[in-house]
Amino acid sequence: MLRYVVSRLGLSVVMVLLATLVIFLIANTVPGDPVLMQLGDLAASNPATVAEFRHHWGLDLPLWHRYWIFLDGMLHGDFGESLVSRRPVLRDIADYAPATVELASIAFVLSLAVGLPLGILAAVRRDSWIDHLARAVSLIGVSAPTFWLAFVVLAIFYGWLDIAPGPGRLDPVSFPPTPITGLLLIDTAWLGDWDTFRDAAAHLVLPSIVLAGSTLGLITRTTRAAMLEALSQDYVRVARAKGLRGRAVVTGHALPNAMLPVVTLGGLAYANLLAGAVMTETVFSWPGLGRYTFTSAVAVDFPAIMAITTIVAIVFVAVNFLVDLSYALLDPRVLKR
Amino acid sequence: MPAPADRPPAAPILSVRDLRTWFLTDAGPVRAVDGVSFDVHPGETLGIVGESGSGKSVCAKSIMRLLDAPARIVGGAIHFRGRDLARLDEEAIRAVRGREIAMVFQDPMTSLNPVLRIARQLVEAMTAHGRFTPAAARTRAIDLLRRMGVAAPERAVGSYPHQYSGGMRQRVMLAMGFSNEPALLIADEPTTALDVTIQAQILDLLRGLNRDMGTAVILISHDLGVIANVCSRVLVMYAGEVVEEGAPEDLLTDPRHPYTWALLHAAPRIDAEAEDRRLVTIEGQPPDPRTWPEGCRFRARCPFAVDKCAEHPQLLPAGEGRATRCWVTQAGGALHTPARPAPLPAVPRPEAAPGPLLQVTGLQKHFVLPNDGYFGQPRVLRAVDDVDLTVSRGETVGLVGESGCGKSTLARLVTRLHQPTAGRIVFDGTDIGSATQAQIRPLRRRMQMIFQDPYASLNPRDRVGEILAGPLRLHGIVDGEAAARQRVAELLDLVGLPVQSARRFPHEFSGGQRQRISIARALSVGPDFVVADEPVSALDVNIQAQIINLMVDLQERLGLTYLFIAHDLAVVRHVCDRIVVLYLGRVMEVGRAADLFARPQHPYTRTLISAAPVPDPRIERTRRHVPMLGEPPSPLNPPSGCRFRTRCPIAEARCAAEVPPLQDIGGGQFAACHFPGKF
Ligand SMILES: Nc1ncnc2c1ncn2[C@@H]1O[C@H](COP(=O)(O)OP(=O)(O)OP(=O)(O)O)[C@@H](O)[C@H]1O
Ligand code: SF4
Ligand code: SF4
Ligand SMILES: [Mg+2]
Repeated sequence: MLRYVVSRLGLSVVMVLLATLVIFLIANTVPGDPVLMQLGDLAASNPATVAEFRHHWGLDLPLWHRYWIFLDGMLHGDFGESLVSRRPVLRDIADYAPATVELASIAFVLSLAVGLPLGILAAVRRDSWIDHLARAVSLIGVSAPTFWLAFVVLAIFYGWLDIAPGPGRLDPVSFPPTPITGLLLIDTAWLGDWDTFRDAAAHLVLPSIVLAGSTLGLITRTTRAAMLEALSQDYVRVARAKGLRGRAVVTGHALPNAMLPVVTLGGLAYANLLAGAVMTETVFSWPGLGRYTFTSAVAVDFPAIMAITTIVAIVFVAVNFLVDLSYALLDPRVLKR
Repeated sequence: MPAPADRPPAAPILSVRDLRTWFLTDAGPVRAVDGVSFDVHPGETLGIVGESGSGKSVCAKSIMRLLDAPARIVGGAIHFRGRDLARLDEEAIRAVRGREIAMVFQDPMTSLNPVLRIARQLVEAMTAHGRFTPAAARTRAIDLLRRMGVAAPERAVGSYPHQYSGGMRQRVMLAMGFSNEPALLIADEPTTALDVTIQAQILDLLRGLNRDMGTAVILISHDLGVIANVCSRVLVMYAGEVVEEGAPEDLLTDPRHPYTWALLHAAPRIDAEAEDRRLVTIEGQPPDPRTWPEGCRFRARCPFAVDKCAEHPQLLPAGEGRATRCWVTQAGGALHTPARPAPLPAVPRPEAAPGPLLQVTGLQKHFVLPNDGYFGQPRVLRAVDDVDLTVSRGETVGLVGESGCGKSTLARLVTRLHQPTAGRIVFDGTDIGSATQAQIRPLRRRMQMIFQDPYASLNPRDRVGEILAGPLRLHGIVDGEAAARQRVAELLDLVGLPVQSARRFPHEFSGGQRQRISIARALSVGPDFVVADEPVSALDVNIQAQIINLMVDLQERLGLTYLFIAHDLAVVRHVCDRIVVLYLGRVMEVGRAADLFARPQHPYTRTLISAAPVPDPRIERTRRHVPMLGEPPSPLNPPSGCRFRTRCPIAEARCAAEVPPLQDIGGGQFAACHFPGKF
């Protein structure tokens, strides 16, 4: 087991390094001149200003040198300064990340809590109403465009029915708690500020449902398919031939096997939620990483973009590593080949 | 509770009456089991034989009520200890499953849940019926595994299934089956997926358990030898019904139904010298279970059919303790000894020049297995280790041995699909052992392979005509489309398929027909050497006989040379001139087929032959069975000296120290043993 963990860990480090190289190369070869974007036409027409700007941001160094600086900084937790906010990028990210982590985690738990049972029941009661429901859920979840879904739920539940709070993490009249973790639910609960807790929770409902949509669809679909596959295996027939109850056959025999593909998908889906909530965050004015990514991209804010992509890459690799580990725990064949 | 011998047989514990299990599909009912009746008495061993699709498994699953939709019991009754199993509700049948009737399935590799420990899988079988506490069940699981011959059962219960071989897993399945002391055990092809040596061990075990525990057994098999070996009564199924019933002594020596008769004659025998390599086959295929024919369901293929056969016959007594569903034998008619099929019209056979076509010396193939992770030594698997082999022109050489002994690797080496690690392969005077693929290409035309699974080796998206024409074009054998079509038609005719087959896809053919297609493809380029890797292993006996006949005919007509791999010793004995016995990558013995079977010199050959069952209980009883100990060791870590020594009944100290050379015994027989012929 230890050997497996260490070798997977080594592989993860290599993958992160490769990812940073790719990110760096892409970021430094995309069209869009940051000088123009930042200085504006007038200042950009003055060669001295431009040269000074390029020098200040190290844009005049050779490519490999700049990569080295980037790597070195990264190892020290320094991703440089944002071209827009003129603050260390990592500080910006630290401000924005909690909102996203909170939203993504709630959305993920939501899609697991609904998707797993739904997928399992759909497979066990194949072609019943619950199977049709599961198929509808996964079809809608996977195919409905997120921004459309976001607008629709916002229009219905906030604009029309007025039973949900509006965009943002809190009502304008609520006082945000002093950040401890930056996750509002945890911070307010810790401080015992239940009014703000309720407000934060209410604000999470709509965006997390919207964000959960496609993940829920994927998890339902994968769980259903994996369960159908597992239920058709010989060992399930053997389990029935032993005289086990239907429940014991499903949960004790089919489910542990069906979980293998679901774990892989779930890990990737969670990483995706952390990385890709641009649409939802924009519509719900959610001050999270998605929004930050979006504004940085529009402004061609290189340090910010690279920091975000690097962190996303690390998140993906880390999740992958965790998936590998849970695989080894779930499936004894992984360790001994 | 076995009945005392002096009392009349007790009432049956299981009575199946007119059972009908259909698959209610959208395209109409598939009448898989259609009017089956039989009894099982306490402690009895009942065998069920029949070809694939005859309804054996559906019948067994109906008794256990393990049918999946769209299968449904649409008629009949299954009386078991005063209940009708066909009509029990789910909770009541659950109490029967595993407790009163247990079942063991065909494939031990997939029958155990891969992510659960063996202990858990055994224990839950006992605790599910509330007869044992988990702790007591665990103790009992260990005892049962020991009884089943699993080494170190205390450790085995803590293991996962993938750590065990197929044979060991089947022992675990048997332990599970017997764990609640059921009154009846149903075993559906329990040894089909196993090697003949392991099969013999499992059948021994099954016999012993039946004797000691008094559990009645229903043994389903397509192998008459297996049935003869274990059962006291046999049912023969055909097209969803029982067509003959009786004691194996009677039924297998003097069949009273033409189908049983055909099965018996289609199977080659390990104990009989064949004067002709062609086997007796029956034409055609079983009828479509959607529309059983009126009258006798065997009529279209029956060589004995009379006018009366247009009426459906009943299963009626035909002598002491036996019954048959045939008008002719019910009226006392006899089933004559079959006429051999006439050989194909003689075509002037290309005179084969004598001398070896293939000569292999010191051949080795080592596979380097990646070690898990990035550390540690890579492991080396010596799949083929120092093998010498000669194949003369026009000869058929058989390759036998347990699974994993390197048969397929050797086949791929001589056709240079694998690159040898060391050694010479001389094909018709050219050393191809170290030649590059480009140098071998011109020779590819002359050596072709046929594989076990014809479906996997035929591209499902290509029409048969395209499959056959492909190699012709590749090797530039024909000019233009018309010539290619002409040649494809000839090839189809050669392997006995209608010319229209060229326009169809592989999935539209049966297993036997697909094997004909892959033979046609191999022959399309006009090879003189054909390597056949288990070409008949996936086929029913009748189809197997048809393919063997085809291969024999083609050899005569085209002067082919065969390297023939099979795990069925009877088949190998039947079709081969000479036989090479492999064990863990080494040659153990070589000899003419008749000599090798009559006077095996190597202990391994001897045990291998004695493990193969003969479909005649009288002969079975007189044969001396030499138990094959244990299972083959891992080829990653073979024993020192003689590789067979860990299982050899006469091994001595010298065997561990010295590798026995392949020595000449005389008469063209060679054995790699320090004490040849002593066993
Ligand atoms: N899921 C299914 N849908 C429709 N027909 C089926 C299905 N499964 C089996 N059958 C049909 O039921 C018949 C009997 O099948 P069964 O598996 O009992 O045969 P068998 O005698 O056990 O054969 P084998 O030797 O291959 O195990 C066959 O005609 C088969 O095609
Ligand atoms: S009843 Fe007729 S067709 Fe059927 S097996 Fe007997 S002889 Fe053949
Ligand atoms: S050499 Fe020894 S161990 Fe090997 S087969 Fe002969 S007697 Fe047995
Ligand atoms: Mg079957």
